[in-house]
Amino acid sequence: RRDNMAFTLYSLIQAAILCVNAVAVLHEERFLSKIGWGVDQSVGGFGDEPGIKVQLMNLVRSVRTVMRVPLIAVNSVCIVLLLLFG
Amino acid sequence: MRLRNSSMDGSDGSQLFEDTSRAGSGSQTGYRNQQAGPQAAGFPGQSLLSDPMSNLAMAYGSSLASQGREMVDKNLDRFIPISKLKYYFAVDTVYVGKKLGLLVFPYMHENWEVSYQQDTPVAPRFDVNAPDLYIPAMGFITYVLVAGLALGTQNRFSPELLGVQASSALVWLIMEVLAVLLSLYLVTVNTDLTTIDLLAFSGYKYVGMIVGVVAGLLFGKPAYYLSLLWCCVAIFVFMIRTLRLKLLSEAAAEGRLVRGARNQLRMYLTMSIAAAQPIFMYWLTYHLIR
Repeated sequence: RRDNMAFTLYSLIQAAILCVNAVAVLHEERFLSKIGWGVDQSVGGFGDEPGIKVQLMNLVRSVRTVMRVPLIAVNSVCIVLLLLFG
Repeated sequence: MRLRNSSMDGSDGSQLFEDTSRAGSGSQTGYRNQQAGPQAAGFPGQSLLSDPMSNLAMAYGSSLASQGREMVDKNLDRFIPISKLKYYFAVDTVYVGKKLGLLVFPYMHENWEVSYQQDTPVAPRFDVNAPDLYIPAMGFITYVLVAGLALGTQNRFSPELLGVQASSALVWLIMEVLAVLLSLYLVTVNTDLTTIDLLAFSGYKYVGMIVGVVAGLLFGKPAYYLSLLWCCVAIFVFMIRTLRLKLLSEAAAEGRLVRGARNQLRMYLTMSIAAAQPIFMYWLTYHLIR
């Protein structure tokens, strides 16, 4: 049984990089606004319950803002390492 | 043997560096010289220590070392909160015994509240309900060793498998903690559960896994399934009773039915966190028992 025995920290890091890249390519005006997940649609209720969708939109927006520059560096390093070592 | 060599050194010390090419006795002393070589290296060193320059060098070196240590302590505290971690390891034997009993048999325990002392939670030594990191850490290490033992009884063992088991269990733990953190963020629960608390709660299932695997090794597959079932139910009840107080609102935590979408969502969240524990317990141990 090798299915759950091949998990390493390295595969977790790879999966994390891929997921963050996936979140980072969601463009604000071309895509997110079209499906109703834009920034301007999240200023809804001023009550105490933001709701799951608003939280998710905030999360996507903050991940994109924070990780934009570090992702450039991390992706470059990954590309160089994969080219060199396969 | 060592005492004999050092007494030999006392008599041969002066001869070691003067003349070692004597025939006959030279060969014997030559053998003793090699054995006493590392000990005799202390003798020229003693003459170095009385030199004022080396005194200065030693004093400078020790002050440099203490400076470096201060700097490391200061900077390490920024990345890993050492003082907060110390709270989680402030346990004693009585606490560990009671907590282990609680993990396996949580049905008789009445009061699940964590007691506070002026806004800070009491150390685990004084309160059996407080989370700690000692049991999860020891449980993780024991799980890796027991997994190696189990694989060894099936002749599937090799030393790198220990590392593979450890890293895969660690990866599942990290993913579970991240998933719980994400779901807590999405449901906007105002709770005082820290990341380390969640790590501690996720690590408590290793106790049940070890019990199951050891029972399976000793008594065969039916014992494995029975003990795993018992430990799964126990962990499920333990997690629900512990998390209920932390995640749900005051009224709902006391058992009264409170309607409302938010409370229902929180209840679902508690149930799913608790239900994930038995799933992981089975997933991480079934390949060890054949």
